[in-house]
Amino acid sequence: MSAQTLYDKLWQSHVVHTEPDGTALLYIDRHLVHEVTSPQAFEGLRLAGRKPWRAASILAVPDHNVPTTGLPKEQAGVQLSEAAEKIYQRWFKSIEDPIARLQVETLDQNCTEFGITEFRMGDVRQGIVHVIGPEQGATLPGMTVVCGDSHTSTHGAFGALAHGIGTSEVEHVLATQCLLQKKSKAMLVRVEGVLGKGVTAKDIALAVIGQIGTAGGNGYAIEFGGAAIRALSMEGRMTLCNMAIEAGARAGMVAVDDTTINYIKGRPFAPKADLWDKATAYWRTLVSDQGAHFDALVELDGAAIKPQVTWGTSPEMVTTVDGKVPDPLAEADAVKRSGIERALAYMGLQANTPIIEIAVDKVFIGSCTNSRIEDLRAAAAIARGKRKATNVKQVLVVPGSGLVKQQAEQEGLDKIFVEAGFEWRDPGCSMCLAMNADRLEPGERCASTSNRNFEGRQGQGGRTHLVSPEMAAAAAIAGHFVDVRELMSEVK
Amino acid sequence: MDKFTRLEGLVAPLDRANVDTDAIIPKQFLKSIKRSGFGPNLFDEWRYLDHGEPGQDCSNRPLNKDFVLNQPRYQGAQILLARENFGCGSSREHAPWALLDYGFRAVIAPSFADIFFNNCFKNGILPIVLDADDVDRLFKETAASEGYRLTVDLERQLVTTPGGHSISFEVDHFRKYCLLNGFDDIGLTLQHAEKIKAYEEQRRQTEPWVFTNA
Ligand code: SF4
Repeated sequence: MSAQTLYDKLWQSHVVHTEPDGTALLYIDRHLVHEVTSPQAFEGLRLAGRKPWRAASILAVPDHNVPTTGLPKEQAGVQLSEAAEKIYQRWFKSIEDPIARLQVETLDQNCTEFGITEFRMGDVRQGIVHVIGPEQGATLPGMTVVCGDSHTSTHGAFGALAHGIGTSEVEHVLATQCLLQKKSKAMLVRVEGVLGKGVTAKDIALAVIGQIGTAGGNGYAIEFGGAAIRALSMEGRMTLCNMAIEAGARAGMVAVDDTTINYIKGRPFAPKADLWDKATAYWRTLVSDQGAHFDALVELDGAAIKPQVTWGTSPEMVTTVDGKVPDPLAEADAVKRSGIERALAYMGLQANTPIIEIAVDKVFIGSCTNSRIEDLRAAAAIARGKRKATNVKQVLVVPGSGLVKQQAEQEGLDKIFVEAGFEWRDPGCSMCLAMNADRLEPGERCASTSNRNFEGRQGQGGRTHLVSPEMAAAAAIAGHFVDVRELMSEVK
Repeated sequence: MDKFTRLEGLVAPLDRANVDTDAIIPKQFLKSIKRSGFGPNLFDEWRYLDHGEPGQDCSNRPLNKDFVLNQPRYQGAQILLARENFGCGSSREHAPWALLDYGFRAVIAPSFADIFFNNCFKNGILPIVLDADDVDRLFKETAASEGYRLTVDLERQLVTTPGGHSISFEVDHFRKYCLLNGFDDIGLTLQHAEKIKAYEEQRRQTEPWVFTNA
């Protein structure tokens, strides 16, 4: 057998049937569901008189609409039981927007009707869907994982094939346990070398997107490899794969190694006892073979990557913290030039402004990109013993799940944040897309650890700069962007 | 799903690259649990001068006169002409739902984001990839003549200009077949139910941990 990529292996092991033109029926192992993209799919299922093919493959959670305040104290740290149900009801009713409340309620009803496991609001395991899948061990190497959410690429960090899908596809997977899919081309993004201090997986992701563009990965599944990737924790790998979609790739992945396996061990849904050994033996084969063919290769020197800050309204509009806002006049291509001009107008920025001179109004630390325990630790390390700048109106720290929140509180991170004048919130998507009450007002500028700086993403007229958790915390303290590497050498 | 065979329609040009699905339909409209009714909020933040909320009557909201779809000459357009990487970002199928509800049945661009591209086919919208040069020419021709219409023939895979110039495009055989016939994917897939069961049985043997209850 010829040398295969990790993607080849994952693909091949899930093909149920292939049409003559190469369209395949791909079997889906894990289906994650949230409240925003599923109601129409369940409705379609019901209208056709169908039932989920394998309800046990599904894990559901509300995340986009949930408020990040108001979780009753007595509820913290509890798995939802009947006794806790009352508390849940009270919190649930605190969703002020009736349309949002109906959406969460609809998910609850659908899960009850079809016998689907759901971590409801108030359950300590509730959180952002892409945080809780891995946290529970519901995402495992060798699996196909889908969710009606583009950042499903996150789960590829485990050597899984993970795709974001549309609502019709959610219904298709519910009804058939399969997805119709054509095989993508394979791209290897190889990052060698050792990352500098203060440089994170987020910076790798933004540097890659800066290099290949937001359409650079269209039609590809990306595997991230090389020494700098191997050295990343699972949290870092998830951050990186999460952003694969921002590079245009529907799936991102990292090969399985000890880091992967150690992370999974002991998680609630992970295999136990003798199955564990059998599973790990198989998982260790989930790497690209020597000499496997990739259709495209992108190489970066990890040691040369600096902290990144986006300046525009697309993740590819990015530069290094020691850089400047670009000058549209320097762009020869007319479509690109007008894109830069439009972005600068929207962002309220002048050409050639040094990044470190840009002041921020708000800071958001959270989202499925950067809300795991390691991200919170990194932000807390910068904030420890400091206060937010007076020009910064609000700093939101939103943990990715109830369990992340619990862990952070055990480590005392919440106190560090609160003493720094940051707000310590309850888990959810929050100001990553501002479907709940957390949002930017028109014209407000935000340093955000999320993944999209599109116009209006964090609130109509809001201006988003994507950065790592370290860079976001540093901007909160300084009131403007700063090179976190300098702060770190001060501490030393 | 509605069939798509041949379409002769007015063209509206949206001259921006990387139009994301947040722009196509902003998040506040995602709270709906329905598939329809998104048309009035298509491109909401570009189209109106005020802030839109779900459930609002859009007919008396202040329009942004500069936005291309608000120009009288593009009313009733069925074909959207766009630039590269159209539909990037969020996987929300509300984006094609909104385009369809507004009246678009085809989108022409030099490239599309993968998930959006796929979502179009599920809703009877045909996304057509043409060379950047061809797209550029269509932009120029659209701007130059009011009432500019194109004919899209899916069977023959051709886009034809009013001047009679035809440009061919690629489309996956399977997707074309589904679209031409208006087939529902789920029904087609369930014809393979036995195969799916057999596959599942075999995986239960080799990777039993995958089947642990969630
Ligand atoms: S955190 Fe943001 S990007 Fe992630 S799932 Fe929620 S809304 Fe989507």
